[in-house]
Amino acid sequence: MTGPNGGGLDEAIGRRRFLGYVVAAPTLVAAAELGLTPAPDVRLPSPELTELLDLNDMMTAAALPTSGLITVEVNRDGTVSFALPRAEVGQGITTSTAMLIAEEMTVPLERVRVTLADARPELVFNQLTGGSNTTIATYTPIRVAAAIARLRLLAAAATELGSAVTDLTMRAGVITDRSGGGIDIGALAEKAASMRTQQVSVELMPRENFTVIGRPHNRIDALDAVTGRKKFAMDLDIPGAKPTMVCRPPTVNGKVGSVANLAEVRAMPGVTDVVTISTGVAVRAETFGQCIDAVRALRVSWKPGTAEGKSDESVLRELEAAELPLGPRPPTPTVEGRFTFYFRSNSALEPNCAIADVRADRAEIWSALKSPIVAKQAIAAKVGLPLGKVTVHVTEGGGSFGRKLFFDAALEAAEVSQRIGKPVKLMWHRADDSRQGRTHPMSTSRVRVAYLGDTVLSYKQRHTSVSTDLGHGLGEIITAMAARLPVGDIGFSQTFFHLSQAMSYDFGGGSRLLNETGKGFNTGSMRNVYSPDVTCARELIIDQLATRMGKDPYRFRHDFLRDDRSRAVLAKVAEVGGWGRPMPAGTAQGIAFHAEYKAVSAALVEIDCRSETVNRPVRDGVTGPRVTRAVFAVDVGLAVNPRGLEAQMMGCIMDGIALALTSSLHLRDGYFLEASWDNYFYTRQWNTPPELQIIVMPSTSEKPGGAGELGVAASMAAVACAYGRATGTMPTSFPINHGTLSFTPKPTIPPIPPSPTDGLKHAR
Amino acid sequence: MPEHTFRVNGEQVTVDVDGDVRLLWVLRDILGVTGPKYGCGINVCKACTSHINGKAVNPCAIPVADLQPTDEVTTIEGLPATVGKDLHPMQQAWLDHDVAQCGYCQPGQIMAAVALVRRAAAEGRAITDADLDGLRNICRCGTYFRIREAIKAGAENM
Repeated sequence: MTGPNGGGLDEAIGRRRFLGYVVAAPTLVAAAELGLTPAPDVRLPSPELTELLDLNDMMTAAALPTSGLITVEVNRDGTVSFALPRAEVGQGITTSTAMLIAEEMTVPLERVRVTLADARPELVFNQLTGGSNTTIATYTPIRVAAAIARLRLLAAAATELGSAVTDLTMRAGVITDRSGGGIDIGALAEKAASMRTQQVSVELMPRENFTVIGRPHNRIDALDAVTGRKKFAMDLDIPGAKPTMVCRPPTVNGKVGSVANLAEVRAMPGVTDVVTISTGVAVRAETFGQCIDAVRALRVSWKPGTAEGKSDESVLRELEAAELPLGPRPPTPTVEGRFTFYFRSNSALEPNCAIADVRADRAEIWSALKSPIVAKQAIAAKVGLPLGKVTVHVTEGGGSFGRKLFFDAALEAAEVSQRIGKPVKLMWHRADDSRQGRTHPMSTSRVRVAYLGDTVLSYKQRHTSVSTDLGHGLGEIITAMAARLPVGDIGFSQTFFHLSQAMSYDFGGGSRLLNETGKGFNTGSMRNVYSPDVTCARELIIDQLATRMGKDPYRFRHDFLRDDRSRAVLAKVAEVGGWGRPMPAGTAQGIAFHAEYKAVSAALVEIDCRSETVNRPVRDGVTGPRVTRAVFAVDVGLAVNPRGLEAQMMGCIMDGIALALTSSLHLRDGYFLEASWDNYFYTRQWNTPPELQIIVMPSTSEKPGGAGELGVAASMAAVACAYGRATGTMPTSFPINHGTLSFTPKPTIPPIPPSPTDGLKHAR
Repeated sequence: MPEHTFRVNGEQVTVDVDGDVRLLWVLRDILGVTGPKYGCGINVCKACTSHINGKAVNPCAIPVADLQPTDEVTTIEGLPATVGKDLHPMQQAWLDHDVAQCGYCQPGQIMAAVALVRRAAAEGRAITDADLDGLRNICRCGTYFRIREAIKAGAENM
């Protein structure tokens, strides 16, 4: 019974009590189902779909009927282990997960060991790291498992100490009775274990008692990171797995025709194997240096690729042809804009890489994978083994930004290992990673806003993009969920687009539609997917609209935002950033807002577009306008680890600066020109704002929202708006420097550049 | 194959490999010293930054034959021993500022930062914003601001 009339107690229990398990094991193992969070309330279709359901609700709901168990284990040494079925790629989820366990179990954070789970097909949709969904989906289940472990430990301690459970206190991993007798949880690990698996109900720690969640904590892997002990895939010592690289085609997805000098290259120093595979010619050697030399020595004739002859200009024409109409122009005044966003690379610093050991009867893979189940299925199919004979280990990732949703290197490594019958440690050269790796697709966004007086009548946006490949498994979720969604028969990417794009402003009617075109490119979701481009276009138009209506850009946004929570972050950056302060000519402020992942965010930046700044000399780099200050406010509901959240926002700001000002791929003659970090201009120290303030707003919710991608959209938009205000011209093409090629493209044959020899001369 | 002798993190080592193999691969693939990371192989990203005789270098661009028996290669693993502690002050500053995100570039960042502070000290001055702007190490996670803060703090204790 629930409700206001006499149902208080039941309601409280209903809200707080959760079911989990004690699992039969020699030491204490407590478990919960990963899909514990309540199902979203799916109601009738509405023009504003995101109000009913967002992408995270869908991802969380997708897990409900199929989820397996996650387990918290107490070890004899007093540590607590948890294998997280997600990929840690820098976003800090191992730390936040350890915090959840430390909180519920009242054990020190240092005693919690979080590792990354191998691919677990029984989790079906529930081992995908994406959509900034990890904390949203795991917050309750992990706490439930930890709370059950605590309950069992207390019961075991009561028996040991001869006290009632109510007379025990648990602190810092030690349970103490009233007489001061204490026992460490390690000594209880076996005694609290269960002979059989049984269901247990448990209450979670009330919010007001939190001492760990919501307080800033440093990363649990920080010491390993700063001492070089942190192990990434290529740092693992797997017996017999020797360095392997692939000689790749000169155009996107070209194929091997023939190889003229196989025998000669096989005889090169250190080389053990050379073999043609589906993506190129693979070379295995004693060192990666010898792989590089061998790849460069190969004389390969190539067949055409999948983007033959295409260029930025031809793709732009394709996009224009595919654009959905905005409809007849209304009789009222309108503001319109058309924006172009060129291809961008989601290369992480750790390039695509994987270790594979494929034998006749089994296969083992090591790689940083955000969709390990799909990877396992694809690898099993590729090498012709039953799923159960393929083991996929998820390693710590050196960044992702969407790149590790795919498993291109793991699939390739498995193919090479099977072909040569030896283990391989396969890594893409940086040039490969940039030219043949996944990209954020080129897109255009057209916006039309109709207004009259002080009222916005309608907002229409037509986003047209080269197809984004969602084939890493998110597509499967959408397939599975489509019948339950109020979206009719629209396709995967359109569903994704609708679910991720909230309209936060009270802009009357209108529609925002996605159309995709032009396959043939290796695309994928890049951090924040559609939102940076869509939001950038919207916020630039809002600045124009504000000007037409004679309003201040900040006041305009504040007036039209729909809710207090949104207005609060905007007001916070305006206040902290000193919105409207006088600034010299050629410099300006910009302000922007974005909501997604059950969170809201706002950015205020100051930019310096004066020639003495734009033309600062930097060798082999792009200087350009400098963002001199960034102020960012974020409200994710409940921030589990505010320090980690700040770190994510900082990274998002750097991404936003790069997307607006400097970083893009140039497509010419069927290939991307960029082959180096000195070609693809991601933000560098000389582009970094010397002043940066990130404000984590007081919690507005009992539950955490997503954070890993959240800050990119508002940051990019604020930089674009600031640039427009500083120069007096609204930018319409991104990044703004795309029209100027700021480097000399490297050759495509051989596909990778020579290793330099002058390193000692540059010692400094 | 020719032998090459030099010092790594305080120990004399001899490797049997062709002289044109770059030091990065000798460290990682032969000696198993994996702190220095590959990020580009062409001395651009600086993820492999280490020290030779106390100066910052990029092992991806050094043929192993260029090394002399007395040359001391210091990687991130050997940095604490240069000050006789468990952690170098710059590593401590990195922890204090919770700089790392994915951590892949961090060994190179720290080694570059230590060399930068030493250079400034040799010139009898403190590090400046221009010095920090001049660091070329890529951090694709974008933790640049905390890197700047940590370098300033680490320099105080060096």
